[in-house]
Amino acid sequence: MKLWKTILTAAALVLSAETSAFAARDLVIGITLEPPHLDPTAGAAAAIDEVLYANVFEGLTRIGPNGEVLPALAESWTVSDDGKVYTFKLHSGVKFHDGTDFNADDVKFSLDRARADNSVNAQKGLFAAIDTVEMVDPATVRITLKNPQSSFLYNMGWGDAVIVAPETADTNKETPVGTGPFKFQNWAKGSSITLIRSDAYWGAPVSLDKAEFRIVTDAAAAVPALLSGDVQAFPFFDPDSVAQIQGDPRFKVVIGATEGETILSMNNKKPPFDRLQVRQAISFALDRKAIIDGASAGLGVPIGSHMSPANKAYVDLTGLYAHNVEKARELLKEAGLENGFKATLKLPPPPYARLGGEIIASQLRDVGIDLQIVPVEWAQWLDQVFTKKDYDLTIVSHTEPNDIDIYSRKDYYFNYDNPTFDKIIADLNLTSDEAKRMTLLGEAQKILADDAVVGFLYELPKVGVWDAKLEGFWANAPIQANDLTKVKWTE
Amino acid sequence: MTAYLLKRLAIALITLVLASMVVFAVLEIIPGDPARLMLGMNASADQVELLRNQMGLNAPLAARYLHWAGGLLSLDFGRSYTYSVPVIDLVRERIVVSLPLALIALALSTIIAIPVGLFSVGRHGRAGDTIAMGAAQLGVAVPNFWFALMLIYLFAVWLRLVPAGGFPGWSAGVWPALKSLVLPAIALALPQAAILARVTRSALIEVLNEDYIRTARAKGLPYRAVLWRHALRNAMIPVLTILGLQFAFLLAGTIIIENVFYLPGLGRLVFQAITQRDLIVVESVVMLLVAAVIAVNLLVDLSYAVVDPRLRSRQ
Repeated sequence: MKLWKTILTAAALVLSAETSAFAARDLVIGITLEPPHLDPTAGAAAAIDEVLYANVFEGLTRIGPNGEVLPALAESWTVSDDGKVYTFKLHSGVKFHDGTDFNADDVKFSLDRARADNSVNAQKGLFAAIDTVEMVDPATVRITLKNPQSSFLYNMGWGDAVIVAPETADTNKETPVGTGPFKFQNWAKGSSITLIRSDAYWGAPVSLDKAEFRIVTDAAAAVPALLSGDVQAFPFFDPDSVAQIQGDPRFKVVIGATEGETILSMNNKKPPFDRLQVRQAISFALDRKAIIDGASAGLGVPIGSHMSPANKAYVDLTGLYAHNVEKARELLKEAGLENGFKATLKLPPPPYARLGGEIIASQLRDVGIDLQIVPVEWAQWLDQVFTKKDYDLTIVSHTEPNDIDIYSRKDYYFNYDNPTFDKIIADLNLTSDEAKRMTLLGEAQKILADDAVVGFLYELPKVGVWDAKLEGFWANAPIQANDLTKVKWTE
Repeated sequence: MTAYLLKRLAIALITLVLASMVVFAVLEIIPGDPARLMLGMNASADQVELLRNQMGLNAPLAARYLHWAGGLLSLDFGRSYTYSVPVIDLVRERIVVSLPLALIALALSTIIAIPVGLFSVGRHGRAGDTIAMGAAQLGVAVPNFWFALMLIYLFAVWLRLVPAGGFPGWSAGVWPALKSLVLPAIALALPQAAILARVTRSALIEVLNEDYIRTARAKGLPYRAVLWRHALRNAMIPVLTILGLQFAFLLAGTIIIENVFYLPGLGRLVFQAITQRDLIVVESVVMLLVAAVIAVNLLVDLSYAVVDPRLRSRQ
């Protein structure tokens, strides 16, 4: 017995001596999905931006913590009276991480590359309005649009619109080279991505010396990773696990908003969902409170149309289809479906869909709609539901910011077609007056709600958890990014 | 012996060819487009088509199979669609985690299982046997992710002896790397040890009932000598078979444990490649695993010949 004790104590001593005390200016951040590669201009995966946006790569403009457009590589800009010519004044003395100078040539190269015929930029639509990009002098770029586009400055702030250098553009997937305050150091695939501070940065220096993004896929593993101190921050934490952390004074839990409208999509061309009464009946049958409690640990805000409550254009339409089983049954009766009907509900992997789907199936059963649940992988979902539109109902969160225009897209998987709505979106695109834009966005939300195009459920919450001694993380997620430029240890 | 070996090799080769066809065909059938996955929901159909062309996905099926299978013959495993690096590089990065982990777990499992099996047989039908086999039953029944989480909470969160997960890489030093493999190895080894202990015990009991054991005892050999010299050796064949199967499982079937400890192992590489429809990675890694399993089986077959001299002369 005594021998055992000695051995254990010795082992404990050896092990603890090896546990390296991390320097106070290093940070380990947990992320749940590994980026497929590290080039924000060549893929739609949110995980790419979560590591690189604002940290390694910068665009002409950038999106701030509350969704506002801020200057980035362009220190200022002017817009012509007809709204078609943007002249950007660039910062001087900016260098890429490989030591080469940044100038107007790089801007022209990056934007021309993104909108070229053979471009595989995942958000090519952002550049569709651009007619020409010209270098006026090394510090000035003039961009001429085919037509005025009110969201142009916002568009240039996306991760897909960051500025890259011609020499390194093709190797950014493996070794990203940008102009940001952090430079890429190492990617241990399947394990972690490490960034270190760039001392040659042109702007305000960052406080952190080193930031390691560690890939922790399993939600159950995230809690012990935090508790053991291995990982000090999870900016996107699993809502279901947050109760285990909430009472612990060593951590800060910050619940914010995302741009993710979680919806029960309906195939608007497929009977019986082509009938307004049926779609309205489903909207009345949904008890959003119960869905949020069950699928999102009670976190998340109900929505009545396709707009985040954190957005200033938001109109509260949640009262339009307040939970009402009687009303739902009545509408189904009007549609001649008083005996109910059968349909399928295809569910992609995220918990909001899988858990939410079970609850919605039981809520719709109450009004006589019998749903068969079909779990699918993302690849299957994109193939069957999104591309082939082979579905009745599905649940998905549309996480792209300001994306109400998806309802006007031809051939989009909702199969929704409303010329009045399309007209509003077209007008919106040409309107730069803020007040008019708000009115148009309000009308657009109203039409979608009136048409009950989909079942609007709730806005996905952003649950951030980090060490109480850290500050500077974003509370909200107007875009999916982990901007570390203001993050620091307070002691 | 040579004929036996040649026959085994020929079977192995045919298995490999058939496996390559099945693997390729199955992955072609499952729905999902790697190009659409990479470009997401905002890309146009034309753009997806463009990327499909760039990735070489639009070539005819047979041509793509021959290109891939031909590459395998010259040990060229192709390039990953998503990572755009050679598949072999990805495998190399993962195998330095998975192989040591599998070996440590296998060693642990053997070190635990054989003595427990021997102990149980020695107390056959008595309290010690019942307790040992009850524990083994528990070891098989407990879900390994739960057991893994308990280990993490005890040793990483509470005692802070080892990290809760992750792998620092061998470049960080042998000791930190090994430290991060300790808990996953235990979590993997315990259920395997439980199975192996039960197999060892039942194999031994069967052998101990043989006539030659009675003869050995009758001529005055002590029980211990009979057990070690005659029984254990003869009981090794089923034990080796199970060990071979376990090694194949430990090499790639450990996705759950890899997720709980967020280890960058082979299991997670394959899983991630499947979800991202990085087909070339799935196909090539699965083929490598098929080859590994076949090689292990071949080794197990050969080891039968080592423990059982009769097999050496039979052919």
